[in-house]
Amino acid sequence: METKNIMIVGVGGQGSLLASKLLGRLLLTKGYDIKVSEVHGMSQRGGSVVTYVRFGEKVYSPVIDKGEADYIVSFELLEAARWTEYLKNGGRIIANTQQINPMPVITGAAEYPADLAAKMQNMGIDIDAFDALSLAEQAGSAKAVNIVLMGHLSRSFDFTLDEWMDAIEKSVPSKFLELNKRAFLLGREA
Amino acid sequence: MKQLMLGNEAVARGLYEAGCAFVSSYPGTPSTEITEAAAKYAEIYAEWAPNEKVAMESAFGACLAGKRSFCGMKHVGLNVAADPLFTIGYTGVNAGMVIGVADDAGMHSSQNEQDSRHYARASKIPMLEPSDSAEALAFTKLAYTLSEQFDTPVLLKMCTRIAHSQSVVETGDRTEISKPYEKNPQKYIMMPGNAKRRHPIVEARTKALVNWAETAPINYVEAGADHSRGIITSSTAYQYVKEVCGDRYPVLKLGMIWPMPEKKILDFAAAVDELVVVEELDSFIEAHCLSLGLKVTGKSLFPCIDEFSQNLVAQKLGMQLACTGCKVEDAIPARPPVMCAGCPHRSLFYTLAKNKITALGDIGCYTLGAVPPLAALDTTICMGASISGAHGFTKALAGAADNKTVAVIGDSTFMHSGVTGLINVAYNESNTTVIIVDNSITGMTGHQQNPTTGMNLKGDPCTKIDLETLCRAVGIRRVRVVDPYNLKETETALLEELAANEPSVIISRRPCALLKYVKHEKPVAVDPDKCRSCKLCMKIGCPAISMKDGKATIDNTLCTGCGVCTQLCHFGALHGGKEA
Repeated sequence: METKNIMIVGVGGQGSLLASKLLGRLLLTKGYDIKVSEVHGMSQRGGSVVTYVRFGEKVYSPVIDKGEADYIVSFELLEAARWTEYLKNGGRIIANTQQINPMPVITGAAEYPADLAAKMQNMGIDIDAFDALSLAEQAGSAKAVNIVLMGHLSRSFDFTLDEWMDAIEKSVPSKFLELNKRAFLLGREA
Repeated sequence: MKQLMLGNEAVARGLYEAGCAFVSSYPGTPSTEITEAAAKYAEIYAEWAPNEKVAMESAFGACLAGKRSFCGMKHVGLNVAADPLFTIGYTGVNAGMVIGVADDAGMHSSQNEQDSRHYARASKIPMLEPSDSAEALAFTKLAYTLSEQFDTPVLLKMCTRIAHSQSVVETGDRTEISKPYEKNPQKYIMMPGNAKRRHPIVEARTKALVNWAETAPINYVEAGADHSRGIITSSTAYQYVKEVCGDRYPVLKLGMIWPMPEKKILDFAAAVDELVVVEELDSFIEAHCLSLGLKVTGKSLFPCIDEFSQNLVAQKLGMQLACTGCKVEDAIPARPPVMCAGCPHRSLFYTLAKNKITALGDIGCYTLGAVPPLAALDTTICMGASISGAHGFTKALAGAADNKTVAVIGDSTFMHSGVTGLINVAYNESNTTVIIVDNSITGMTGHQQNPTTGMNLKGDPCTKIDLETLCRAVGIRRVRVVDPYNLKETETALLEELAANEPSVIISRRPCALLKYVKHEKPVAVDPDKCRSCKLCMKIGCPAISMKDGKATIDNTLCTGCGVCTQLCHFGALHGGKEA
C-alpha cells in the first residue's frame, strides 16, 4: 500500500502528543511500519505545533511535505488554514471550529481572518469542521478535544471500534479512561 | 517485542540493553528524553548534572571505575563539554563510554545551527549516526562494543528528526558488564610526557577504525538500477533520499560518520557516473570525498542552512514533486511561542521594559521576554552569558550615571554556568545587577529538576542548593528575594539595586505556573462598566487577556489568577485573583 499521511496540527498545549500516541498504538497492532514525528521544546509554549503520522509497508521520511497529507486533523481553525498547502489533492481536513487568538492578534498587530471554514470549503477543500470543544466538555473535560477529534477521524478508517478502544486503553491513565471513551464516541458520532 | 519508540527512548533502551550503569546529562532539546527514559530503568543510575562538562567528566569517571557510562546533551552542550572531550579522546576508556549529542537543524529550539560532526574529526573520536529508532537502539549498543574494542569514547549523533520521531523497534535483554579498575598513570594522567605518548596511539586508533569502517555492516551499499548517479548519505538525509528515489540510484549509507571509509567510497564512486552527497548542514562527507580526490556534487546543489525534506531533495535531484495544495488567500497571522498565562517571568519583564532597562538575557523560557509586547531583552547568546556580558557592559560604562543594565538568568542556567560569571562580578568588582528568575525548575526543556529544586532526576528528595547563601558566599553582599507577582515590590527592588554602588543579586522567586504542585487562584474577573479600554493590561502580553468589543476580557480556561493585571488597572476594572 501507499504510505498514508496524517498531520495533527494545533496550538502548543492542546494535547496533540496524546492523539499521535493513540494513533501510533493502533497502527502498531495492525502491523504497519510507522513514523510519528513530534515537536518538543520551545515551540510547545503556546506556539503553532504540528505532528506527522505516517504509516504503510515501509515508511522512510519522518515528516510530511507540502501536497502529501491525506488528512489534516486540526485542533484550531487558524491552524487548519495555516497548513492547507500540505493537503494532498483529494485529502481531507478535520477541524475543531474553536478559535484561539495568537499573540499578534491579541496585541492588535494582526487580524484573525473571518469565516475560515467557509473560505476553505470555497477553495474546494474537503473540510469537515465541527465544535469538538463542546463535545469534549460534554464528555467531562475541555482537555479531551484531542480524543473527540480522533473519534471523528476514526470514521475515515476501516479499523473497528474495539481496536480504537483498545488503543485508548493503552494510551490514557486509567482514571481518565471512561471520560476519554465518552469523548471518542461523541467525536465518532458527530 | 515490537514497540513504537522515540529515537531518544530507543537510545535509552540501547543503554539499558548494553548494560550501561551510569548516566549523567544536562537537559537540552532535542536530547532530553534520552536521560529521562534511561532514569526509568532501575538498573541505570541516572542524574542531571549542573552542566554538560560536569556530566561528561562524571561519565568518564564511571567508565574508569569499570561501568559502561553515558552522557547526553544538545549540540551547544558539546561546546561546554569540549574540554574533557578532547582529552578523554587521548586517555581512552576502561568500560565503554558513549556521548550522545543531538543537533537541531532548522533550529526548532536552539540558538545556532552548528554541525556536531566536526567535533568527531577535531577530537579524533568515532561518531555513529542513526537514521531511525531501530538504528538508535542498535547503534547505541554497537557504540559500547566499539568503545571497548578500540579504547575510545564514542559519539552518538542524533538530530531533531531522529530524536523526536517514533518508529518501530525490536527490544532485547540486558547484559551486565563490569571491569576492574587498574591504576595506569601513563594512560590516564595527561601531563605532557604521557600525552605525547598517547597521541600516536590515537592516530593509530583512527587508522584501525578506518579499516573497521571499510567492512562495517553499518556502512552499506543499497543497489540501484540507474548508475548515472550514486548517492552517499546518512541520518535523516538518507530517509529523504529513499523516500524520493526508492531503489532507482545506488546509495552508500554511512552509519559511522567519523572516521569514514576510503576504499569503500572510492569503489562506490568508481561504479557510478555522478557522485552526489546528500547531507544536512555543513559539507562533511563531501569534504572527505574531496580529500580522496573525487569529483563530487554536494553543497553546490544542497543548502547548508535549515533541515531538508523529501520535496527539497526531490527538487534538487530533479525528481517529480508532490502536487502542492492550495493556500488560503487571507494572511494567516503567525503563532509564535509565548510565555504561559501566570508565568512568573512576565511581570519581571514588564518591570524591566517599563523602566527602559538594558537586559542581557540567557537561555530558557525567559528568552520569550524578548518577544513583543514585552520586548524586554537585549541579548541571548549562550548559557551563562547574561552575567558575564553584563559585567563587561557595566565595566565598559564604568562611571556612567545612567547605566541601567541588568543580567537576567534562570535558576537552572545560573547553576549551569552563571556562578562563575557572578564570581567574576564579585572578584573584579563591577557594579552589576544580576536578576535570577527562579521558577524552581528547568522550564523550557519540560520541567527537569536542578540543583536548586531539592529533587533529583529519579524524583527523590535531595540536597537543595540555596541560591541566597551561594550568592553571598561568592562575595555578593546585596542579595534580596522578591515575589515577581508583586509589581511594586519588584520595581522597588530593581531601582534600589541599580542605584546601589556595589554588585547585587535580585532573586525573583515564584515556581513555574505549570508545575503540578502550584495551586491556581480563581480567574480574574472584568467589570466591563469600569473598563475604559486603555489597554494597559495588554502591555504584559498575557495570552489570557484580549479585547472584545472594546473591553478587556479574560479567557477563564487560561487565567491562573496571578493577579498581575489587576495591579496594572487604574480603574479597578479587573479584580479577583491573587492579592499582591
